[in-house]
Amino acid sequence: MIEKIWLVPLFPLIGFLAIAFNFMRFKGLLSGIIASSAVFLSFIGSMILFLQLSAGQEAMTVDLFNWIHFNNLSIPFSFLVDKLSVLMLLIITGVGFLIHVYSIGYMKEDAGFNRFFAYMNLFIFFMLLLVLGSNYLVMFIGWEGVGLCSYLLIGFWFKNQDFNNAAKKAFIMNRIGDLGFLLALFMLILQFGTLNFSDIFSKSQTILVGNSTITIITMLLFAGAVGKSAQIPLFTWLPDAMAGPTPVSALIHAATMVTAGIYMIARSNILFVLAPVTMWTISLIGIATALLAGSIAIFQTDIKKILAYSTISQLGLMFVALGAGSFTAAMFHLTTHAFFKALLFLAAGSVIHALSGEQDIRKMGGLRHKIPVTFWVFFIGSLAIAGVPPFAGFFSKDAIMLGTFESSPVLWIVSVLVALMTSFYMFRLLFTVFWGKAIVSENKYHPVHESPKSMTIPMMVLAALSVFGGMIGIPQLLGGSDRIQDYLAPIFAASASILKQHPSEVNVSSELALMLVPLILIFIVIYAAYLLYAKKRLVQLEDKPRSFFENLITRKFYIDELYEIIIQQPVSRLSIFFHDVIEIKIIDRLVNNTGNMIVWAGKNIRYVQTGNVGVYLFFMVVSIITILFFNLFN
Amino acid sequence: MPDTIQNMQVIPLDYYIFFCSALFAIGVVGVLVKRNALVIFMSIELMLNSANLLLAAFSAYRNDPAGQIFVFFIMVVAAAEVAIGLALLVMIYRSTHTIDINVLNKLKW
Repeated sequence: MIEKIWLVPLFPLIGFLAIAFNFMRFKGLLSGIIASSAVFLSFIGSMILFLQLSAGQEAMTVDLFNWIHFNNLSIPFSFLVDKLSVLMLLIITGVGFLIHVYSIGYMKEDAGFNRFFAYMNLFIFFMLLLVLGSNYLVMFIGWEGVGLCSYLLIGFWFKNQDFNNAAKKAFIMNRIGDLGFLLALFMLILQFGTLNFSDIFSKSQTILVGNSTITIITMLLFAGAVGKSAQIPLFTWLPDAMAGPTPVSALIHAATMVTAGIYMIARSNILFVLAPVTMWTISLIGIATALLAGSIAIFQTDIKKILAYSTISQLGLMFVALGAGSFTAAMFHLTTHAFFKALLFLAAGSVIHALSGEQDIRKMGGLRHKIPVTFWVFFIGSLAIAGVPPFAGFFSKDAIMLGTFESSPVLWIVSVLVALMTSFYMFRLLFTVFWGKAIVSENKYHPVHESPKSMTIPMMVLAALSVFGGMIGIPQLLGGSDRIQDYLAPIFAASASILKQHPSEVNVSSELALMLVPLILIFIVIYAAYLLYAKKRLVQLEDKPRSFFENLITRKFYIDELYEIIIQQPVSRLSIFFHDVIEIKIIDRLVNNTGNMIVWAGKNIRYVQTGNVGVYLFFMVVSIITILFFNLFN
Repeated sequence: MPDTIQNMQVIPLDYYIFFCSALFAIGVVGVLVKRNALVIFMSIELMLNSANLLLAAFSAYRNDPAGQIFVFFIMVVAAAEVAIGLALLVMIYRSTHTIDINVLNKLKW
C-alpha cells in the first residue's frame, strides 16, 4: 500500500487540473465539491498510511523515477514515507479538507470561486510534495510551490492594489529565505554529494559536533525556515498576508505552509544537533519573535492581524522548542496549533462573514448571542491557544515549556511570558468581540447572521480536535502515555543520542510546578482581560493619546518603517538614480545618438546622388584609376 | 597567318602599348566630356577596340592564340551590347526627343 503513496498528492493535482482547465464551465458549487473531495481522498490515503505505520510497518522510500542524473550526483524523484511525513500528511489533508468545505460556504458569492479552489488544490499538492519529498530538492519544489500559491491566494482579490502589494511583499520576503535554502542545497551537494535525506543523515553521524561546514549549512537552512515561517527579521509579510480570503489565512498562513520551516528543521534534526551555534540562534530568534509578535498582537485592532501576530508568536515558540532540542514538542505544538489556529481563523472568518466584511474589533461587540456557534468555537479555540487544560494547547505548550526549562531556565521564564501574552491578547479579542454591546449599526440588507452549515460544521470538527487533540501527548506525569513521543521517537532517536538527553531530568515535583505556575498566571491574565475588555470595553477607548511605549507597540515597533528606510528607500533611490542618470543620460543618449548620426549622415550624403550621368561616369573613372594605382604600388 | 604574325612583329611592342593607351585615353576622355549619348557610345567602342588591339598584339608576340580568341569574344559581346544600347537610345529619343545625357537626371536623391 505504501508503494501507492503517489496517489496522495495526485488527487489534489487532478483536482487542480480539472478545475483550472474547466475554469469557465463549472457552474455553482461544483468546483468546490471537486476540490474538497480530492483533498478528502488524499486524507483517506494518509489515514491508511498512518494506520499501517502505527501497526509497525517500516518507514520506506518510494522511488517514482530517476529525475536528475549528472556525474556522481543522482537525485531521484522519490517520496519518503515515515512517521514524521505521515503526521504532516494527516494535518495537511485533514485540516485542509475541513477548510475546503468551509470555503464552499465562505466563497459562495465570490466571482472567483473556481479560481479559488484551483489554487487551493494546487497548494495542497505542493504542500504534500514538500512533506513527502525524500530529498531536499523535491522538498524545495514543494517549498517554492507553496510560496507561489501563497502569492496567488494573498493577491486573490487582485483588483485591490494594496492586496497585490501584500502578495508581492510575501513573495519577495520568502524569496530572501529561499536563497538561503538554495545555498544550503549547494553546500550539501558539495559536502555529501547527495541530497537524499537518508544518505545525508547516515553520513553525518560520523561528523563531530560543531563542524563549521555543518554550522553554515544549518544556518542557511534556518534562513529558509525564517522566511517561510515568518520569524525575525522576515516576519512582516505574514500580517500583510491577511489580505487574502480568510480560509487562505487559516490553511496557508496558520496551519500548514508557515509550519514548513518547523517541519524542515525537524526533518533535518541530525544536521541541526551537530551545530550547537545554530541551535542557540534558533532559540534566540524564536523567543525574540515570540515576544515581539505577542506584544504587537496586544495592541492590534484588526481581528485577522491579531491572529496573524499570534501565529508568528506561536511559531516562535515552536522554534524555541526546536532550538532547545525538543523536536517532538515542536511537532506536537505544530499539530495542535494547526487545529486551534485554523479554528480561530475560520471562526474569525465567520465573524467577518456575519458582519458583512467588518474586520475592526473596535466596531464589534455583543455577538455572543447573535452567532452562538461561532462564539462557542471561538471560545474553545481561545482556551486551547491560551493553554487551559484539558484543551490541546495546554499539553503541547507544556511540552515546549519542559523542553526549554531543560535547556535553560531563562528561556523558560520568557516562554511563560509569551504564554501569558498569548492568553491576554486572545481573551482581549474574545471579550471585545463577543461581550458588551454591538456598536456597528444593524445593516438592513445583511442583518448579523450565523454562518451556513458548510461553515459551522468544519468549525465544530476543528473545535473537537482542539479539545481532544492534546490527548495524543498527555505527559506521564498526568497519567498519560505521551503517545506522540513514542510515535516520533524513531525519527529523533539519532539526534537524541547526540544531545544525550535524559527525558526524566526534571523531577516530578518541579515538573508539576512548571506546569502549575504558568497555569495560575494564565487564569489571572484571563481574569484581567475580562475586567479590562468585557467590563470596561477598553478597546473602544484606545483612540485616546498613548504613552510613548504604547505607541511604539501599536505601530508595530516601526519595523515596517525601519525596513522602508534601511532597504526599500535606498534601493528605490538607487533605481531612480539608475533611471535618471544611467538609463536616460547615458544609455538612451548613446542609442538615440547612434541613430541620429546615421540619419544626419544619410541626409547629407544623399546629395552625391545627383542624377547626372556624367558625374557618375567621372567618379567611376576616378575610382578605377585609384584602384589601379593602389594595386600598382601595393 | 605566320606572315601576318611576322608583319606584326616588325613593329616593336612598345608602339602597340603606347598607341593602345592613347586610344584608350581618348575613349575615356570622350566618355567624360561628351554629352551626346551616341558619341559616348562610340568612345566606349574605342576603348573596347584599344583593348582588342592590345590583346592581338600580345597574342602575336607570345605566339599564344588565346588572346585572339578573347578578341572574338569581346567583339561578340560588344555587338550585343551595342544592339541593346542603341535600342535604349532610340527609346529615350522617342520619349524625350533628345539624347543629351544631362537631361536624363530625374533619378536622384
